[in-house]
Amino acid sequence: MADTFKLTHENLDGLFAVLRKDGRRVLAPVDADGRTELNDVEKPGQVSKSYIQTIMSAKDVVFPKVERLLSYTTEPGSVELHDAEPHALPTVLFGVRPCEAKAFGALDAVFNWDYRDKFFNARLEKMAVIGVSCTKADDACFCTSVGGGPADTKGSDILLTPIDGGYLAEVLTDKGKAIQALAPQLFTPGNGVDKAMIAAKLEQAFDQPALTAKLPGMFENKLWEGQSLRCIGCGACAYVCPTCVCFDIQEEADPKQGQRLRCWDSCGFSMFTLHASGHNPRETQSARWRQRIYHKFSTYPERYQMLGCVGCGKCTRACPVDMNLREHLVEAANA
Amino acid sequence: MTEKNIYLPYLMRITQITEESPAVKTFRLEFVDEVAAQNFNFKTGQFGLYSAFGEGESTFCIASSPTRKGYIECTFREVGRVTAALADKEVGDIVGFRGPYGNVFPLEAWKGKNLVFIAGGIALPPLRSVIWNCLDLRDWFKDITVVYGARSVADLVYKHELKEWNERTDINLVTTVDPGGETPDWTGKVGFVPPVVEQLGLSAENTVAIVCGPPIMIKLTLPVLEKLGFAPDQIFTTLENRMKCGLGKCGRCNTGSSYVCKDGPVYTLAQLNELPAEY
Ligand SMILES: Cc1cc2nc3c(=O)[nH]c(=O)nc-3n(C[C@H](O)[C@H](O)[C@H](O)COP(=O)(O)OP(=O)(O)OC[C@H]3O[C@@H](n4cnc5c(N)ncnc54)[C@H](O)[C@@H]3O)c2cc1C
Ligand code: SF4
Ligand code: SF4
Ligand code: FES
Repeated sequence: MADTFKLTHENLDGLFAVLRKDGRRVLAPVDADGRTELNDVEKPGQVSKSYIQTIMSAKDVVFPKVERLLSYTTEPGSVELHDAEPHALPTVLFGVRPCEAKAFGALDAVFNWDYRDKFFNARLEKMAVIGVSCTKADDACFCTSVGGGPADTKGSDILLTPIDGGYLAEVLTDKGKAIQALAPQLFTPGNGVDKAMIAAKLEQAFDQPALTAKLPGMFENKLWEGQSLRCIGCGACAYVCPTCVCFDIQEEADPKQGQRLRCWDSCGFSMFTLHASGHNPRETQSARWRQRIYHKFSTYPERYQMLGCVGCGKCTRACPVDMNLREHLVEAANA
Repeated sequence: MTEKNIYLPYLMRITQITEESPAVKTFRLEFVDEVAAQNFNFKTGQFGLYSAFGEGESTFCIASSPTRKGYIECTFREVGRVTAALADKEVGDIVGFRGPYGNVFPLEAWKGKNLVFIAGGIALPPLRSVIWNCLDLRDWFKDITVVYGARSVADLVYKHELKEWNERTDINLVTTVDPGGETPDWTGKVGFVPPVVEQLGLSAENTVAIVCGPPIMIKLTLPVLEKLGFAPDQIFTTLENRMKCGLGKCGRCNTGSSYVCKDGPVYTLAQLNELPAEY
């Protein structure tokens, strides 16, 4: 069970200073050029005041857009291989929303279910999450339909909920305790606030377990085609998604040396499954859209006993043609 | 705690190159590192990711038999960036290999049964591994039949091994080429694989069929096998979904709840019937 404290605005200032002194960078949502994105901050005053979410997810802290997996030098008849080290920076993610905090679990499931991915693990080990509960939601949000909630603690090491004069602070994990231990005096006794009263209210939009149960029988349903008609296969939804984990492996080389890089990819791209023969198992955009839904709501529950979607709505906000995931899921659940 | 880099390949030296047919080559690869060579084991049906340093990785099955120690072999067709770079290599050059990955042909479960291998075109490599494996364990099995078809005589791979199998009495080899693909001295059959299989008068009794080939050949061969009485769990095939990691992570090979790189590439028809047809 979480230990609950109060963290005043003033003490949060102090905590940022202590974290930085401990050699950690603090990444938090910052307003710049009309967008809100994660950035290095020194003081809480730099953190966006009005954000619902950042556009990009925080996943690149543990799963960068491009990660070097290895490098090599070549000469005729010989190759020298060099292992790559992730050089993970000690990082505190401040202000991510509960949905996104939970998403790290979905990435972890894939990166470690069988073979262990040292790049992901090194970065995850050095990261701690100070989540902040949501006091407002928008039309794209649907965390409460996928087992989460605006003040859900899962995935946060410390969860802050705004209260008068500061935050209610729930210290949830060993990593959270380690942060508290850096400056225990900043965490004052909690005041028994009911955080459910403060957190945003968000109606459940659809019955997810029922949807998951019926998806296997809906594969040939015409609905996927209808929903996907406007999708242009740009992949933006996967790039902003905090759980999309698919990647490509690319080579960057000249005649003497090279490196092998892992880069984000998306099942929405037609090239994703294209065989060298020209045969493509997912020939149409509707098959690719269906894969997106099935991977998150059918494959994930079956393979990892969890959902591959946290209901953050980032995809909906980013989509250039207004594909609304929540609405499409409601439609599927009612089909 | 330092974890192993699962993306790091073994370095392999090319010790033999065989030109099988136009644009198809077989490499024999030996481990550069002695210790890696000693510790390496695989089972028939498994595959790996082969690197041409400078261009990237490609997925091929391990085409040699695990009973043949000290090397692995792969047979590949030149179709794109990596395969073209591999095709340019010479004996003595270094390539990379990650593996073995994926599941295996269940030889133990096939003990005491008749085996029918049916392959088309470049799809003989995965079956070559298991055929040699079965021939090296010959007394485990009853009759072994191989039906192999290609577009033309020039497109048949492993010609010297076909000759050897043809001469052996403990394996029944039937080769066929598509109409028009025969040469004047061709002694095999002329015709597509499915009708050739139908004419063999095979019995499904105590028999498993292993089918690999282009999608069209598989599609037309399955009804023939069903007509002969083969049940879906008596028919095996391998899938070739596009792969990048081979480790169940990159998502590329995912179909339904299966990762072909982990749960496959070997599937029974009964298992395939449970998956969406996205392969
Ligand atoms: C389990 C398994 C076993 C296999 N076994 C064998 C075997 O034994 N022998 C064999 O010959 N083959 C086998 N294959 C198929 C083999 O993996 C492919 O033919 C091979 O990887 C093609 O690689 P390539 O780099 O030469 O082609 P690529 O250059 O990758 O070209 C292939 C396709 O990718 C597209 N493409 C090209 N460039 C790019 C790019 N930059 N980004 C995205 N797409 C691009 C092309 O349009 C083309 O359609 C197997 C496949 C699997 C999954
Ligand atoms: S399969 Fe598609 S939806 Fe699933 S993680 Fe990969 S890109 Fe995202
Ligand atoms: S962002 Fe929208 S248009 Fe782009 S691939 Fe996703 S659903 Fe399709
Ligand atoms: S090849 Fe990457 S998940 Fe199967």
